[in-house]
Amino acid sequence: MSEKFTIEIISPDRSIIKTETSEVVIPSFEGEMGILKDHIPLITFLRPGLINIKNSTDQKFFVEEGTVEFSNNNLLILTSTAKEVTKMEKKFIDTLINESEKKLDNNELTDKERYLLSYKLETLRNINQ
Amino acid sequence: MPSLDDLKKRIKSVKSTQKITKAMKMVAAAKLRKAQENAEKGRPYSQKMQNIILNLTRSINDPQNAPKLLVGTGTDKTHLCVVLTADRGLCGGFNSNICKLAKSSFKKILSEGKNLKIITVGSKGLDQIKREYDKYIVKKFSFKDKKQITFKEAEIIGNEIINLFKKNEFDKCILFYNNFKNVITQIPQAQQIVPADKTSLKKNEENLTYEFEPEEDEILDDLLPKNISTQVFKAFLENAASEQGSRMTAMDNATRNAGDLVDKLTINYNRSRQASITKELIEIISGAESL
Repeated sequence: MSEKFTIEIISPDRSIIKTETSEVVIPSFEGEMGILKDHIPLITFLRPGLINIKNSTDQKFFVEEGTVEFSNNNLLILTSTAKEVTKMEKKFIDTLINESEKKLDNNELTDKERYLLSYKLETLRNINQ
Repeated sequence: MPSLDDLKKRIKSVKSTQKITKAMKMVAAAKLRKAQENAEKGRPYSQKMQNIILNLTRSINDPQNAPKLLVGTGTDKTHLCVVLTADRGLCGGFNSNICKLAKSSFKKILSEGKNLKIITVGSKGLDQIKREYDKYIVKKFSFKDKKQITFKEAEIIGNEIINLFKKNEFDKCILFYNNFKNVITQIPQAQQIVPADKTSLKKNEENLTYEFEPEEDEILDDLLPKNISTQVFKAFLENAASEQGSRMTAMDNATRNAGDLVDKLTINYNRSRQASITKELIEIISGAESL
């Protein structure tokens, strides 16, 4: 028995990736979550962070939001913002960081928004290093 | 009887029209391929999202407290109709078909004594609906200057719908668009998006118990608004493919008609040319005989 399951990332306009893997780490709303084969059926959503598909080489995707469903060894991620980290340009990341910083300065943010933004910033800064 | 010169001019003008329609057909065919691809690629997203929502709905124990976007406001007094059409004409019955369907629904809603609100997307539909239902239109969208419609545009409309819903401006929302079946067939459709239409979801036999993180309600609160934008986006993609398909067929017909017309005119032209030659010959011969 192979220890692999299928993962599929779909954005509204296309299917970004469909592949087999043995482990995926997703930035679920309440913390990072590692998923292996035969995980129980699960529905959750994402906060900004990195999806890490672990194979012989790691493949990382930056997401801002998304919905995740796992059932029958199919991991399905619906997101409109997935970007492969190696394909992100530094300039693009910088503008994202600037935008998020500006938004964080706003005092009228709710706790939830503040939580999401701070994670977005942290992830982006980590990519930039 | 038109003179030879007149006929010649007619033939020339029909031929150049034919060239234009032929070019438009080819452009539409090229665009169609891309639009069709997009529409097909976009389908899984909206389908899967519907599936997730179905799974969530099943596990809700307390329908009274469920989000209003899912179960509705309990009344259906005000209907919001979102009519999606193209910004350009010359695509056969594409725009009129949507409008026809929309108008018949409007009539039904009004005859039942309910309130009607209309959002139009695309200028061609606005032109047709404005004539009769101008006072019901609450918002107009047009993305004429956009080369390709992305998820962002769909989100703008989705957010507008959600805003109106939060202000209790309507109880039921229906989306009108053309469903792309194949190049020749496009079916105008009315899809109910608020409250979520549970009848259209296919019944899933296997009943998996899901683990939810965070709670079901919270996920639903996040997912339902997203689903509206997704459905709008799907409608956009289907519409774009339908528009090009419809235009291609229309332009194909126009090219063929122009060809037929040219044939007919050419026969006419040749006949009158032959007639004038015969006439001249007779004149010459009868002139020679009289000598």
